Amino acid sequence: MKYKDFLRKDKMPHIWCPGCGHGMVLSSFLRALAKREYHPDKVAVISGIGCSSRASGYLNFNTLHTTHGRAIPFATGIKMAKPELKVVVLTGDGDSAAIGGNHLIHAARRNIELTVIVFNNNIYGMTSGQYSPLTPHMRLATTAPYGNIDYPFDLVKLAEGAGASFVARGATAQPRHLEKIIGQGLDHNGFSLIEVITQCPTYFGRKNRMGSAVDMLQWQRDNTSTTGKEGKIPLGIFVQEERPEYCANYHHLVKTVAEGKGSE
Amino acid sequence: MAGKFQVRILPAYCKGCGICVSVCPKQVLGLGKDKAQVVQPDQCIGCLNCEYHCPDFAITVTEGEKDE
Repeated sequence: MKYKDFLRKDKMPHIWCPGCGHGMVLSSFLRALAKREYHPDKVAVISGIGCSSRASGYLNFNTLHTTHGRAIPFATGIKMAKPELKVVVLTGDGDSAAIGGNHLIHAARRNIELTVIVFNNNIYGMTSGQYSPLTPHMRLATTAPYGNIDYPFDLVKLAEGAGASFVARGATAQPRHLEKIIGQGLDHNGFSLIEVITQCPTYFGRKNRMGSAVDMLQWQRDNTSTTGKEGKIPLGIFVQEERPEYCANYHHLVKTVAEGKGSE
Repeated sequence: MAGKFQVRILPAYCKGCGICVSVCPKQVLGLGKDKAQVVQPDQCIGCLNCEYHCPDFAITVTEGEKDE
């Protein structure tokens, strides 16, 4: 199957603004899936609320558009009930790090096999540009007209600290690199978090005078590095470890108890 | 001589953001009134930069002559 065949054509074109990076993240994700020849019936895509979370509506898989911040709990339930499915969570920076922050760290701690792709556009786009936990210090937002005095999370370090066994970061300016790391996240047997730097020209870009989507992509190219250059936002895979997976542990426990052996 | 690659743009999907125009190394694409359009089809080298960067799934690059 070609990656575009995974789209629900009757729902297209999507609602994202001209130049929004979310479509680029989605297409990289679909190309990674298509390359691995997943059958659409064997994939479940779960999303929460926000611009990014509209993604599930355009995809011809088993999809679930859930409540704000709760994509990971829903996904956890699906994975526990149907461990044979490839369960992917598409979420935004606000959805995953603020409202759903608690769920994110606990899913990472459990090492349940979910592929969580965080569309990080540094802002709440759908509700007109409030600052999020990933808005950088002193950047402007509707709710921070003089600058955001908070300091942002480093989502990669947060996930690593919480025990995620696969952590990576990509950017929409590098779609081939992004496709590659999302693919490796999909292949990973355990919890994987992929933060994707994406552009919001409508709110974050306009508030912070970053220019058009083309200018914002150039900003990404100038300020990120896949080779660990000093002073740049690092892109790549930061954690990739094999560790016992949660569903496998659970089903093993159920089996041993049922056989009357008790816990080991 | 027709080019080796065909670049197709779906006007119904294109929102005219101009990203494809900026990433094409051969100036194959240009921005029309409010949509991208193919201006120099023969120059396409099939690098797929436009298709991979398009946020709107509007571009498809295929190899070979136009099948009409």
